[in-house]
Amino acid sequence: MRLELKNVSYQYKKEDRMILEDFSLSAEHTERVGLLAPSGYGKTTLCKLLSGYLLPDSGEVLLDGKPLSSYKGYCPVQMIWQQPELAVNPRLRMRDVILEGDKVEERILHELGIEPDWMNRFPSELSGGELQRFCLARALGKRTRFLLADEISTMLDLITQSQIWNFLVREVAEREIGLIAVSHNQELLERVCTRQVELRK
Amino acid sequence: MELNVNTEKGAAPGAPVLKIEHLHISFTQYEQGLRREQMTVIRDLDVEVRAGEMVAVVGSSGSGKSLLAHAVLGLLPYNASAGGKMEYCGSELTPDRIEKLRGSEIVMVPQSLACLDPLMKTGHQIRKGRTDKRTKNKLKEIFRRYNLKESVEELYPFELSGGMSRRILISTALIEEPKLVIADEPTPGLDLKVAKRAMEHFRELADMGAGVLVITHDLELALETVDRIVVFYAGESIEEAKASDFKREETLRHPYTKALWRAMPRNGFQPTDGVQPYAKEMPEGCPFAPRCRLCTAECSKEIPWRELRGGRVRCLSAM
Amino acid sequence: MNRRKKVFISLLASSLILLAICIGGMFCADTARLTDFSRKNLSPSLDCLFGTDWMGRDMLARTLRGLSISILLGILTAAASAVTALILGVVSATLGKAADTVITFCIDLIMGIPHILLLILISVAMGKGFKGVALGIALTHWPSLARLIRAEVIQLRESPYILIAEKMGKSKWYIARKHLIPHLMSQFLVGLVLIFPHAVLHESSITFLGFGLSSEQPAIGIILSESMKYLITGKWWLALFPGAMLVLVVVLFYKAGENLRKLTEPGSVHE
Repeated sequence: MRLELKNVSYQYKKEDRMILEDFSLSAEHTERVGLLAPSGYGKTTLCKLLSGYLLPDSGEVLLDGKPLSSYKGYCPVQMIWQQPELAVNPRLRMRDVILEGDKVEERILHELGIEPDWMNRFPSELSGGELQRFCLARALGKRTRFLLADEISTMLDLITQSQIWNFLVREVAEREIGLIAVSHNQELLERVCTRQVELRK
Repeated sequence: MELNVNTEKGAAPGAPVLKIEHLHISFTQYEQGLRREQMTVIRDLDVEVRAGEMVAVVGSSGSGKSLLAHAVLGLLPYNASAGGKMEYCGSELTPDRIEKLRGSEIVMVPQSLACLDPLMKTGHQIRKGRTDKRTKNKLKEIFRRYNLKESVEELYPFELSGGMSRRILISTALIEEPKLVIADEPTPGLDLKVAKRAMEHFRELADMGAGVLVITHDLELALETVDRIVVFYAGESIEEAKASDFKREETLRHPYTKALWRAMPRNGFQPTDGVQPYAKEMPEGCPFAPRCRLCTAECSKEIPWRELRGGRVRCLSAM
Repeated sequence: MNRRKKVFISLLASSLILLAICIGGMFCADTARLTDFSRKNLSPSLDCLFGTDWMGRDMLARTLRGLSISILLGILTAAASAVTALILGVVSATLGKAADTVITFCIDLIMGIPHILLLILISVAMGKGFKGVALGIALTHWPSLARLIRAEVIQLRESPYILIAEKMGKSKWYIARKHLIPHLMSQFLVGLVLIFPHAVLHESSITFLGFGLSSEQPAIGIILSESMKYLITGKWWLALFPGAMLVLVVVLFYKAGENLRKLTEPGSVHE
């Protein structure tokens, strides 16, 4: 299975600055692609295009040859956001947050180091690192084929970062989920990815 | 205090500008329903910043370390209360004194351009409206130092590029000849090159004689420029080390710091099991004890600071 | 005692007072109509706390009865208004442009016409009485809350956790139920409590003006308008006590609503 961007252009309506122009990129489900980009490149925009949160002004986003927008229901491409605090509803207990995923296995929770007691807590009672584990688990549901990681460990401490990435690399290799990781940290991408793409303005 | 100041970068050892001992900060918060609870976020934090020195307090985000900056500047939210000892230039830092010093001798460097007035020209804003000759000359000097053209004075904030804006933000702090500069997560979301450059600007402030306190979660970046690191874990400072101590695992002291070192991508990317304890379920004694291989029964008691190889550590088994 | 407890107790006390008045009103239904010319125009005394009117009716019973009618009507119409506001606000912000345009137009329309005028029009068109007043108030009090809720939902819809839920294939109904409504509950409740005193005041005013409840019912508005004729002759108690009681109920609930609002605002939530 392949996820690709074909000649994609995108700009925010209010600003006239082009964020992407005639941009192409493709990734296989067996790959772990690292995207290294300077700040202000529009990495988050790129991730949102790849996972269907945004539609390109021109060009196509294809999964397995079909437009990503034609997949109804659960989206096989899931994105993990940089700030886990914003990615969970502050009024839901973590148990309900996990239930939103696609039949997330008990095993994943365990391997991510999520303690049973945390399931009864509200997001405000967990740290950023702990919340990010939940976001990962939620995105690793049954039907996930591709995973986009947008600076997911930038705000975390080094130990949590290595815990999360070591798990993620194992998990996506086992289940043959394609991984696209965006980061400004080259050393990290070297550790994690099978291939790196450097993006320049 | 027999701490050695790192002289590698040419900073002269100076008198302590800021000295904080046993700082603790707690919040009153409502639980579900009607119960109100005290939540201690910072339990015991020690940090000392000397003139000409750049010190980083490093802890994971969400560990409450930003409150340190707010406490020093007297900007804690209404439901927080702080205790402990804070000294500025040798005498106690009272709320009255903070009020007087804030913005002149003690400055905080804002994180983004959003902190500037969009309708005021940059130069006017940095000078805080003053037009006397001395201030004007000083601004010219600062601009020269940071490679900013004089014409930048006439620009509005929206006309500045990203790199320029960082230098402008630091200029706002410099115009006052601060003795203490505090930067809270000064490089959020910047790529390595830009982040390093931003840190170097702070380094220059220290080289000019100010004490610089950087609060960050990014240990790797901090190591590039600072003199000393205070490692903050689960509400407590547990180790003070020279930046050069982080070159090898053996020169570090606390098991947590060593675990941090091993988890760096360049040093093996090795995880350590477990997570930081939750603020309401703190273990007695050492907060790292539940995850520590060297943990003994003694670790559940109060752990005192210990001088060790030119640094300090709060661990009984550190050698 | 912390603030949350204080607010909770004040809300409880307000509710209890309301309940007491309502129950009292139920028992007074007959007493309120009972005429006894042997004791007409009595000024307030221990026997007859609020005095009696020109037909010898007990003013305490009439006030209680009137207030209980007002309160009942107030609760009914405030609830109807708040629910309307919630539904229209959510619909306007989620069901696309056409729905939004229509609802926003209605909001602007209703807010553009003076409140009391619209109320009278609806009440008269519906044949006055309980039905007319209830419909009038229910149909005129929802727009400001609806607008608030609409704005909140529009902002909420862009929040990452809702975007993520959409990507997880969750239906609009699921998102409204799990994410939107619980988030809006505090605003809804505050809105409900704050609409209530308005509804009571408006009911009394249009009844006073003669466009509301029928004159056989001892509503506060009726009592006040009837007392007008007797005020000049020095029968102050006919207007003072019913009026003061009305103001008391309104102020009580206004305060409770304000406190409730402070509890839910981020700026003061942990005070």
